[in-house]
Amino acid sequence: MLAIEVDGLTKRFGTFVAVDHVHFTVEAGEIFGLLGPNGAGKTTLIRMLTTLTPPTEGTARVAGHDVRKDADGVRNSIGVIPQALTSDPELTAEENLLIHAKLYGVPASQRSKLIRDLLEAVDLTRFAKGLVGTFSGGMRRRLEIARGLVHSPKILFLDEPTTGLDPVSRTNVWEMINKVQKQSNLTILLTTHYMDEADKLCHRIAIVDHGKLAALDTPTQLKDSIPGNDVVEAEFANALPEWLEMLKSLPQVVSVNTHEGVTHIASHNGPDTVGALMEAARKGGVTVKRVTVQGTTLDDVFLHYTGRQLRDEVGAGARLDIAHLYK
Amino acid sequence: MKVYRVRAIIERDMRKFFRSPALMMTSMVFPLMQLIVLGYAFGGKIKNVNLALVDEDHGAESRVVRQRLNAIVEGPQTFHISEYSNLPDAMTDLRAGFVKAILDVPQDFSERVLRNEKPRLGFIEDNTDNFTASGILERVQELQTSLNGPVLPPLQSGQSLASNITSAANPERLPGKIVIQTVEVYPYIEYIKYLLAGSISISIFVVAMIGGGIVFIDDKARGLHEGYLATPLSKADLVLGLVSSGAIKGLMAGLTITLIGGLIAGIERLWDPVRLFYLVIVLTVTALAMISFMFLLMVRVSDPLVPRAIFGVLNTLLYFPSGAIYPTEGFPVWLRWISVVDPFTYAVHALKNLLLKNTGFEGIYRDVGILFGFSILLISGCVLLFKRQI
Repeated sequence: MLAIEVDGLTKRFGTFVAVDHVHFTVEAGEIFGLLGPNGAGKTTLIRMLTTLTPPTEGTARVAGHDVRKDADGVRNSIGVIPQALTSDPELTAEENLLIHAKLYGVPASQRSKLIRDLLEAVDLTRFAKGLVGTFSGGMRRRLEIARGLVHSPKILFLDEPTTGLDPVSRTNVWEMINKVQKQSNLTILLTTHYMDEADKLCHRIAIVDHGKLAALDTPTQLKDSIPGNDVVEAEFANALPEWLEMLKSLPQVVSVNTHEGVTHIASHNGPDTVGALMEAARKGGVTVKRVTVQGTTLDDVFLHYTGRQLRDEVGAGARLDIAHLYK
Repeated sequence: MKVYRVRAIIERDMRKFFRSPALMMTSMVFPLMQLIVLGYAFGGKIKNVNLALVDEDHGAESRVVRQRLNAIVEGPQTFHISEYSNLPDAMTDLRAGFVKAILDVPQDFSERVLRNEKPRLGFIEDNTDNFTASGILERVQELQTSLNGPVLPPLQSGQSLASNITSAANPERLPGKIVIQTVEVYPYIEYIKYLLAGSISISIFVVAMIGGGIVFIDDKARGLHEGYLATPLSKADLVLGLVSSGAIKGLMAGLTITLIGGLIAGIERLWDPVRLFYLVIVLTVTALAMISFMFLLMVRVSDPLVPRAIFGVLNTLLYFPSGAIYPTEGFPVWLRWISVVDPFTYAVHALKNLLLKNTGFEGIYRDVGILFGFSILLISGCVLLFKRQI
């Protein structure tokens, strides 16, 4: 059964196309991830699906309700955790949940137990009476996940749920998402620019770039879809122009790319390729400054489908800001 | 201390200052507005006060009184005249604040003038507003002098007033005969009591400014609204919820200042339950009007600087023209028009009627009706303009 159906969804802001004719479906009970760098159009896409932004073109059905024609039907069926921390800092954790329970018309007789259960599910029982303004980012995010579940929605939307959180908090949030999904077979659509997050949480991932879907499949299938099982990453000095051609001729090598001085070699057997590479470098007088072998990651998938590395894209904004310092 | 660091801080602040047009505008508009509004709001000559004329005589001498009154209406324009057929009706309207003073011409006035039997006119004034009361009284004293003075022919071109009086046919028309007896309806009102209504209104305005302006925009800027917009709340739910909560907070602030301020100012019988009930009604509609006014101004704003920047401008533009500190009858025409569309005016008028005159419902129903209608209009505007989507 389909929880979400997206057909040709497009959003334009003037001449800028933020989301460009996107098509996909999400099965009920699935955790579906939209993976892409900042500015790829993930948030705009999630806002259209949650009725916060009207689409320019195309249709989308969420829990069977058309986002254009039956916005209230959509809103009643979904829980939304936006990118910004939206819980009221001046209220306690319990009060935040209580207000939302009232907003959704949860009967008074059920509220106390529901709030207790939700706080327990997100491990915040001890902090029920604490002011949200005193919470860490991870605690607030967990509270917001609980808040999004207060009316037992069919689908939960999470926009960058762990952005800005420390590694421990991120892991906690991941556990929480997995737990609530399993408990109620909830459908979850999340956006992220963290490859590990998408890899660990999502049943299927759509790679979003410049408002378009570049690829869509399970994490394993996505990794298998690019040539080679391993990626050898290396940096060289004194390399001659024919060096790259030589690397392509090494055993097990599938493809060779160079990106910002780093050579990425897709290989069927990374260790064998490294051995051959070191031998060739010794013979050719090329200095190997660094070499690593790793299994294929979603970053390699992103590089394969978009021609750029996701980790570079995520950090690009920050690099632009400080670039002048290095001139 | 390093000069280059100080320079860097100056540069940072100046860059921010020039990139913030709202702040720039306010920094220039605010003092100019204060100059203009305050400059015209204080000390103007009292004009167009509603004076009730009760003519029970209808004789020749009462016509003379009317002529002299009309001269004041046409000349200094201190008052305009509303005719009443009997004194009790005029008194009711005086107590309700619809007229500021009554000139009563008793039944036997003309006869007493002709018989030279101490003719008297009755002048009853609402002395809760000392500025207006003294302005009217000054004219009434002139009226008395004029009634007892010579009958002057029309002033000829180039003729001085003194020569006109000398050449009058009957320079000693009724020397010292007509007496205008003045009655003040209320005990002397100290200025602190007069100011109380304005202070109560200001307390509600501040709550509206903070709750309907600053907190609303700050919540929007912090992204808190997005969490609510994704719920099934309708525009009307959101607007009515926010306006109502603001009105409750405004009522709480207004009631607190009414009681504390009332005790400080020495308002008599402050705990009269009927008056307290009417006060709650006035405070509720005032809070509703002010919060919905503020909300309408802020409904499309997203820059947190804006409500802070316009706070002073709004305060000047709404508080001073309301008649809280000086009667609106002393304002120039343009300032009077501001006072007509200013919700403060009706709040101040109703609160003064209750606190200074204890008028009961007849003294506040017009103001309550206007404030309530104003609120409905503004809330409808808010619902229309509120953006449900991002």
